[in-house]
Amino acid sequence: MSNKPLLNVKDLHISFGQVNSISHAVQGISFKIEKGETVAVVGESGSGKSVTAMALTRLLPESAHCKITGCIQLEEQDTLALEADALREIRGGKIAYIFQEPSTSLNPVYTIGFQIKEALDLHRPEVTDQQAEAERLLDAVGIKDPRQTLNDYPHQLSGGMQQRAMIAMALACQPKLLVADEPTTALDVTIQAQIIELLKKLKSEQEMSIMLITHNFGIVTGFADRVIVMFRGNIVESGPTDEVLKNPQHPYTQALIDCIPKLGKKQDRLTTIDYEKITG
Amino acid sequence: MSLLKVENLKVHFPVRTGLLQRVTDHIFAVDGISFEIAQGSCVGLVGESGSGKSTTGKAIIGLNPTTAGSIHYESTNLSGLNTSDFLPFRKKIQMVFQDPFNSLNPRMRVEALIGEPLEIHFPEMSRSARRARVSELLTQVGLSPDSIDRYPHAFSGGQRQRIGIARALAVKPEFLILDEPVSALDVSVQAQIINLLADLKEEFNLTYLFISHDLAVVEHFCDYTLVMNEGKVVEQGETEKVLNQPRDAYTRRLIDAVPSL
Repeated sequence: MSNKPLLNVKDLHISFGQVNSISHAVQGISFKIEKGETVAVVGESGSGKSVTAMALTRLLPESAHCKITGCIQLEEQDTLALEADALREIRGGKIAYIFQEPSTSLNPVYTIGFQIKEALDLHRPEVTDQQAEAERLLDAVGIKDPRQTLNDYPHQLSGGMQQRAMIAMALACQPKLLVADEPTTALDVTIQAQIIELLKKLKSEQEMSIMLITHNFGIVTGFADRVIVMFRGNIVESGPTDEVLKNPQHPYTQALIDCIPKLGKKQDRLTTIDYEKITG
Repeated sequence: MSLLKVENLKVHFPVRTGLLQRVTDHIFAVDGISFEIAQGSCVGLVGESGSGKSTTGKAIIGLNPTTAGSIHYESTNLSGLNTSDFLPFRKKIQMVFQDPFNSLNPRMRVEALIGEPLEIHFPEMSRSARRARVSELLTQVGLSPDSIDRYPHAFSGGQRQRIGIARALAVKPEFLILDEPVSALDVSVQAQIINLLADLKEEFNLTYLFISHDLAVVEHFCDYTLVMNEGKVVEQGETEKVLNQPRDAYTRRLIDAVPSL
């Protein structure tokens, strides 16, 4: 096994818009994700975290006049230099995504089984018994009656079950990197805890890396090995999760941790972020 | 005396199947719950999706028909009222919804959005007076009065939720039902909105029913807490007591699911 990281992002810039109104969503960030590592990217809306994740496989819409520069090295390949065909192999195949809102990421007119088999068709044509493999995948994500669920349409499942089905679809391609973009934000706290447990379990079974994108430090503890904190298109801090949480170096990280209400520690007023103090 | 008194409230939805759409079954969304809300208090209503908490909130304001039971607001039973008799209570009781992206009409400007309840409840108000009132409301919820002519898409999630709150406050209500007002927002924005709600409660002497699945927020914000599961209230009491010495297994499960930092 080589010591090379799975993903190596160098000096990534992403901007949208044309001459007069360019917005610089990501302003020169660099980070690595090792094989089998879980990295959490934490930041508020607009910090550039989702855009970074989408840029990994160039999922950003061309119509937005999006300009990406820098280098995204996935194993030996530079994904920014790839042709459309080669890129399609990577999307889903090597890097799979699960998004915040499972109800909008699943196709409402096809059954869960059809959608999982579609992924198998595209990325693992060597699988002969797709029905059995799809059942196995649903079982792996903790769906109790996999055979029945394969015939269900997305609207027949609850939010938590839909997210499990999404994860099963992502796993169907045996990705090297699973990008989970706010996978629990739309879910109840109890379901959130279950999904995080599931991701932890799958990670150790499948030897894949996970890039978890979230605005909530609460779900990072006990899950991510490393944390990257993003603020307005820049990485302001990164390091091992425990260290960052215990001893945050950047005022923004501190503020982001402080504004979460904590059970058992009632405050008179919730702490809010003082942006002027952070930007100086 | 309590401001709101709910007794044995039931909301059942018929399940219709087949070609003739016959009623074959019922969903017992809310199944016999009772609670009281004192004037000036903030009551938390917690539970998972499907536990019936939003249905309860909607039933109080008359958005869902009730199957049985009574909802007394001061001395009037709301559950038996027809639309026109209900109108004055719509002014006293207002609601703020979860998703600020879906609850604001994208084709209306802020002035019309916040002014709409004023048009209904104060038809005698002149246009310029209404515009002035909308500006005043915008300031109260921490938005610039300049934003009065903008459309919802020009605002962030937190700002839209502020518009939703301003719309609810427009008719000077006494009682607000807050249905997951911060669940769709970033944690940093959540803190701002919770602080705003606390300030407004103080300033206008409001009473809140705060519906949420986040116990940490409820602990911070609410004096009294109701826990709902499968249409029933499984536990209720002072927030501190419910969270520190939960008697029901379901409450304990909810508490355990909260991520600790």
